[in-house]
Amino acid sequence: MIRLATCSLAGCFGCHMSFLDMDERFLDLVERVEFDRSPFTDIKSIGKCDIGLVEGGLCNEENLAVLKKFRENCVILVAVGACAINGGIPAMRNHFSIDECLAEAYLDGVGIENPQIPSDPELPVLLKKVCPVHEAVRIDYFLPGCPPSAGAFEVLLEALLKGETPELPRNFIHYD
Amino acid sequence: MASAAEHADLLIERMGSNPLQVLIAIQKAFNHVPGDAICRIASALDLPLSRILGDVEFYGFLSREPLGVYSVLMSDSITDWMLGSRELFLRLCGNLGVSPGVTRSDGLATVGKTSCTGMCDQGPALLVNGIAVANLTGDRIDAISRLMEKKIPLVAWPDEYFHVESNIRRRGWLFQDWEGAIFEGEALLQEMTDAGLRGRGGAGFPTAKKWASCRDAPGSERYVVCNADEGEPGTFKDRVLLQHCAGRLFEGMALCARIVRAKKGFLYVRGEYRYLEAHLENLLAARRDTDFEIELHWGAGAYICGEESALLESIEGKRGIPRVRPPFPVTHGLHGMPTVVDNVETFCAASAIAAGGGREFRSLGTAGSHGTKLLSVSGDCSRPGIYEYPFGVSVDQILEDCGAGNALAVQVGGAAGTCLDASEFGRKVCFEDLPTSGSVMVFDRTRNMQEAALNFSRFFARESCGFCTPCRVGTEILAQTMERISEGRGTGEDIFEIGNLGNILKASHCGLGQSAARAVRDMLKKFPEHFEGTVK
Amino acid sequence: MKAISLDGIMAPFAEGHTVMDCALAANIPIPHLCYLPRCVPHGSCRLCTVKIDGRFASACTQPAMEGQHVEIDTEELRQLRLSLLRMLFVEGNHYCPSCEKSGSCRLQKAAYDEGMLDLHYRPWYPKREMDASHPDILIDRDRCIFCELCVKASRDVDGKNIFGISGRGTDTRLVVNSKSGLLADTDISAQDRAVEVCPVGAILVKGLGFEIPIGKRLYD
Ligand SMILES: Cc1cc2nc3c(=O)[nH]c(=O)nc-3n(C[C@H](O)[C@H](O)[C@H](O)COP(=O)(O)O)c2cc1C
Ligand code: SF4
Ligand code: SF4
Ligand code: SF4
Ligand code: FES
Repeated sequence: MIRLATCSLAGCFGCHMSFLDMDERFLDLVERVEFDRSPFTDIKSIGKCDIGLVEGGLCNEENLAVLKKFRENCVILVAVGACAINGGIPAMRNHFSIDECLAEAYLDGVGIENPQIPSDPELPVLLKKVCPVHEAVRIDYFLPGCPPSAGAFEVLLEALLKGETPELPRNFIHYD
Repeated sequence: MASAAEHADLLIERMGSNPLQVLIAIQKAFNHVPGDAICRIASALDLPLSRILGDVEFYGFLSREPLGVYSVLMSDSITDWMLGSRELFLRLCGNLGVSPGVTRSDGLATVGKTSCTGMCDQGPALLVNGIAVANLTGDRIDAISRLMEKKIPLVAWPDEYFHVESNIRRRGWLFQDWEGAIFEGEALLQEMTDAGLRGRGGAGFPTAKKWASCRDAPGSERYVVCNADEGEPGTFKDRVLLQHCAGRLFEGMALCARIVRAKKGFLYVRGEYRYLEAHLENLLAARRDTDFEIELHWGAGAYICGEESALLESIEGKRGIPRVRPPFPVTHGLHGMPTVVDNVETFCAASAIAAGGGREFRSLGTAGSHGTKLLSVSGDCSRPGIYEYPFGVSVDQILEDCGAGNALAVQVGGAAGTCLDASEFGRKVCFEDLPTSGSVMVFDRTRNMQEAALNFSRFFARESCGFCTPCRVGTEILAQTMERISEGRGTGEDIFEIGNLGNILKASHCGLGQSAARAVRDMLKKFPEHFEGTVK
Repeated sequence: MKAISLDGIMAPFAEGHTVMDCALAANIPIPHLCYLPRCVPHGSCRLCTVKIDGRFASACTQPAMEGQHVEIDTEELRQLRLSLLRMLFVEGNHYCPSCEKSGSCRLQKAAYDEGMLDLHYRPWYPKREMDASHPDILIDRDRCIFCELCVKASRDVDGKNIFGISGRGTDTRLVVNSKSGLLADTDISAQDRAVEVCPVGAILVKGLGFEIPIGKRLYD
């Protein structure tokens, strides 16, 4: 069976929600693919896969590590959604320094009680800039949209499962 | 001292209504162009603010932020690099305790970089408050630093610092002592046509044809403009002509003016040659031609202003953005009027033909390229300088004459030109084979051509005017890609991408963008081993 | 009547027409951004690049001449357009999901038409100033593509001359003709042609954001 992994890096899980919007067609899909690491399965580490879907861009060291693992293990890696493709909304923090962002979020923002910047060693180190996934690894296909529609997921996977090159019809291409 | 705004009023009264020239004077007096001066100039000249602000933010030698009392710009051409300019730059910054581009907190100095200053045969060079200092060594950098720390004014610096050599190594037809003019008007046009004179600025358009088109184009005024912007890295022959043959140049412009019926001419000189100001002003003042007036117009650090239509925009006091062509300057030039724009060497050659006839000129050179060409030779050779050859001279011959025994590569035509490997040294300098405005840069076998590729790609990104998408963005991507490669972070894909960018850049609006990837692609193709080691 | 060949179709032209004029008249699409009918073309975006007798030229500025063979819809030119669009996206900050122009944006539409799925290049995330000083109009320079349509419209149609382009190279920027440099200190109005003409979300009328539902917007 085809093995499929998905993950959300610096994203909002919106792409995953849209994926699920395939509704009953999702059930067909589950018949044909086996989900490896994915928020749907709650498997935490990725094994050898045929297809990997990456939602979200890179904002911290952990994102980068996960992305590299996906690249190592997936034959075909797909960047899904605006954030994976161009950094998206999280990349809006690139106009400020990390210190400014942390101060706004944890010290000076409205309604903050007990202001302090979290410093637990468990927390991944932030990257200086949020960046899209193609800056770090080779990406085979891109599925734009914020989020891509369920139909777009369907077109993409249908083609990949058949071993064909996905061709997104004009009406499925959108950036918002 | 008067405020910058009051000073602007004064300058406009004294210098006339050209905003760029006024801005250059303000920059000189105040080490920057303050906002109130921008407003005053705009209102005094009845121009939109954005026009004046646009100039300040476009030209490299103008600045909105106050620069130091000493503003130093290190020449960043590849030939300067080869002579150690990058180390000297760091040494100067270290001596003065400044970071590149950041004015020292006490306002003493700002140290930055600029593109080629045209001193390639005597580099490394820098500009201090716009005046060139060549032949830099570690000792000279230290001495200059001390002079600055002691706040010694430039006029009290040792004269030798400002000495610029001419280094004329080989004289030919053009460098003879031409006197007077036997041919004029129609006869001169005929003589130039018969001689086969083509433009020396690079494109090689038949000069007589250009003058005749301008003469025949409808218009209430006509202009004659000399292009002495000479920004192509490795070119410095116009500097030497301005130094030694300015009289012939003015004569050539005047002969042209009589043919096209122009009353007014401009000599557009790059700001880097400001040290020639007194020399040129004196010669202009001594001219006794009341029918044709020549005005000096200074550039202010923008390579693109060498492109003829950008140059005209600049004379009109605007940002140097190349115009849509057609229409060409001969019909729609300065202020929309028919205008001849020619290179310094072209005017000099025309006036020499007027003095001596075109026969000898025609007999020199090749079937398609008549006469001689001044070459500016620099890089790894023992006798850098100016060489005048009949067209058709082989690269081998040049290398032999300039004392370059160990050449690996020769870059002909500057950053926008062609990179030759040793198998091509039999090729000839002429319009049919290797057309060039005269830049010949020699690289010996100790060199890594990746450095040159890096230098040229940064050059174009720095000098792109920013008007059109492929060049504004493409030159920057190209430079970033080369930077990644030279830092050892490049990939095979980056190499592939350079080829792609070359194709995209060809869709640019003007020659700058169109040729921006040429040399880098040449180097990748001819010296792949210089890139392999650093690419993953 | 004189004619040129556009991808093999003969299109007539009159004296003074550009290749773009011919194509529009003949209903043959050539993608474009900085060109607008009745506005003097200047050829900055290069999206309208075509190949004429083997050489690139911008259709909006290239005079039509008898006997020209113009290529438009070739693989080479499609790749070129895609690259130019990607360049326009990476040099600015285009977060379509949070842009009020999304769905009615000509840059976005052009990218859809060319099938642009990714940026290919590394985005620059430049820092550009926003101008929210005016009560009715907003300038978001992150999205400006320097097409100069606002400059021309304000000068030639509105007669106000409010905008200009300054800087050089990657520092090129849209500036406002007022002492403060702010839009609030100009006499611009939300009805000005200069506001309407912006092809992207760089000049926006305030208070209208996301008014039109998704699916009903200009290019949905
Ligand atoms: C980017 C660019 C830079 C140029 N720089 C110069 C220059 O510095 N000097 C020059 O004479 N011509 C330069 N040219 C060529 C001019 O546009 C023009 O062709 C030339 O001045 C015509 O003079 P000529 O016919 O005497 O050669 C440049 C062209 C381009 C595209
Ligand atoms: S090619 Fe470069 S220099 Fe020429 S117009 Fe375009 S941006 Fe300006
Ligand atoms: S201007 Fe257009 S392309 Fe840019 S963010 Fe807005 S909708 Fe997207
Ligand atoms: S603000 Fe809009 S109309 Fe004006 S130059 Fe920028 S993109 Fe063009
Ligand atoms: S539409 Fe022709 S260059 Fe922009």
